[in-house]
Amino acid sequence: MKGPVISSWFGRGQVEAPPDIASAALRSDRFRLEREGEWKRLEAILARMEKGGLRRIADEDLIALPALYRTAASSLAVARETSLDAATLAYLEALVQRAWFQVYGPRLGFVRWLRGFIFGGWSRAVRELWLDICIALFVMVAGTVVGWMLVAQDEAWYYRLFPGGPDDPRQPGASREQLLQSLAHDEGAAGLAGFAAQLFSNNSAVCILAFALGFAFGIPSLLLLVHNLALLGALLWLYNGQGLVVELAAWLSVHGTTELFGIMLSGAAGLHIGRAMAFPGTLPVLEAAAAAGRRAAVVMVGVVIMMIVAALLEAFPRQLVEDTGSRFVIGGTMLTFWLAYFVLYRPAPPAEAGQEVA
Amino acid sequence: MSRTAPARTRTAETRAADRRGRTLVTPEGLVLPITLASRGARAGALILDIMIITFGLVAFQLVLLWIAGGLLAGTRFDPDAMSGGALEFLGILAALFVFAVWYGYFLVQELGPRGATLGKRIVGIRIAARGSARLTPEAVIARNLLRDIEIFYPLVALLVLAVLAETGQEIGALGWVMTGWFALFLLLPFFNRDGLRAGDIVAGTWVVERPRARLAAVLSTKGAAAAAGSSAVTGVRYEFGDTELSVYGEKELQTLEKMLRDSQPEALAAVHAAICRKIGWEPGAGDERAFLEAFYAQLRAKLEGDMRFGKRKADKFS
Repeated sequence: MKGPVISSWFGRGQVEAPPDIASAALRSDRFRLEREGEWKRLEAILARMEKGGLRRIADEDLIALPALYRTAASSLAVARETSLDAATLAYLEALVQRAWFQVYGPRLGFVRWLRGFIFGGWSRAVRELWLDICIALFVMVAGTVVGWMLVAQDEAWYYRLFPGGPDDPRQPGASREQLLQSLAHDEGAAGLAGFAAQLFSNNSAVCILAFALGFAFGIPSLLLLVHNLALLGALLWLYNGQGLVVELAAWLSVHGTTELFGIMLSGAAGLHIGRAMAFPGTLPVLEAAAAAGRRAAVVMVGVVIMMIVAALLEAFPRQLVEDTGSRFVIGGTMLTFWLAYFVLYRPAPPAEAGQEVA
Repeated sequence: MSRTAPARTRTAETRAADRRGRTLVTPEGLVLPITLASRGARAGALILDIMIITFGLVAFQLVLLWIAGGLLAGTRFDPDAMSGGALEFLGILAALFVFAVWYGYFLVQELGPRGATLGKRIVGIRIAARGSARLTPEAVIARNLLRDIEIFYPLVALLVLAVLAETGQEIGALGWVMTGWFALFLLLPFFNRDGLRAGDIVAGTWVVERPRARLAAVLSTKGAAAAAGSSAVTGVRYEFGDTELSVYGEKELQTLEKMLRDSQPEALAAVHAAICRKIGWEPGAGDERAFLEAFYAQLRAKLEGDMRFGKRKADKFS
């Protein structure tokens, strides 16, 4: 009587011959025997889908999948009303649930999702966060002003904001030549690629932190923005003392227009979640947070891409291009590009989900 | 059927499972039961995943070190003669690899058709959208970005603080703040009914047990349960009357089904005796299985027949 267990260990490929339908004493067992071939076919297709993508599945199987899913679902509905066979009911429930995960699962793999994201999804998500972006921008400007004013009042703040080493030339009291020197390019391109990779993983980690902290009602995200921009304010104050603000702005603008834009977006994304949790409106808090989180997550993937661009710009053009005008041209071009991409690029959204099981 | 201690522990188990039970309504209007993953299973899956990532990264670093060692050997152990470009390339590779593995490991696997990382698959759980919604790539991304503030940052910060404290620096209350942060996120699943962590809340997902069931054999085609079946031992065909079959309901029927499928002789003998006592038969010995198969088939035929007329009998008390 205990054959089935052994065969479940070894007998994956071999299928037992189904019992003769007429021999079943019960009507509900005859119902099951008539349909179990289709259930098993569905199960086999599902196992292959779960194992690895759609490519390994024959076309006719893929076409049959929705129909098989519905057969199993209706079998379950009928069986619940006519059968008391607990094992069959449990099997059908598990089967329908597995099929549901596949039929109504994520429709896109990562690559296809990325394509839709770059061609429209990203800029749409950014536009949906316009209010948070305005707040983040305001906070960033305020942070810069605060940094400047703090340092202007008391130079000790500079050291607190910049715990740099003593051999860093960027300190209060530095001469104009020293400061200009710090803005000049390094010798050649050696080491820059490594520098870029370091910058990238560091910056994107900061951005992801700013986003994730939005969970605490967005306040830590804003504090992080203020802190980062206060550094900028202090730096601006330092160079202003020697009349070098334009040179510093040019030096920063090469990558800064991209990087600060990205930091602003991540702060805005964090704030978006925090705002949704603090003021969920008519939705339950959990649903409001989930909806905001999904919108903000799209923006965050974009931020990571922006950080890659920023790190490349920071490592190569900024260190290799020395002319103030050219630096402004590069930074301005990037800013124009991002603004145009987010504001002006509005392809029609793809047809929305829901009817692909046809 | 007998109300003994094992039966009571079984009900305790099912009650725990009920607390984790939820329903899912498919677009066809079918109500499906799902079971949320237990917190222990999720913790186990996370530990497995982190171990896999750590081992992978360590192995990768060892390979890089080995290559760097090869570079050094190629220059006859003169560090100045080493190619800066090659070393730099290794450095970039290491930085990007760590980044890609940390975020890619969870993202790519949870977006796949199984909706689970390797650790989750081993434990037998997967992620799903909360309620009856469909899982989207955005949700998967959101829940995995949040993982950073839940585990990664506080752990790294605590490690750094521990090192600072070791070297004699004053760290003050910061250590407690970080520990509190870590504990808050770690314990968050215990403060809501669905066991959601912060990432689940923001993404609108939850973690469920992966459905798994094999189609069991048909009971009414063989042995004494079949249409014209009779006992293989005695050749007798058991026939039960209406009054004898009306003592039990669906719950008892399905318990009997489970026992027939498990087919442990002692359990079958006990059930056989209990049923005989209940219906007033003289219990024999040696032919329990045939008796129970016949009883099962006829009880099920009766209950299913009543079902078709809209009459259901949940258990022996109703």
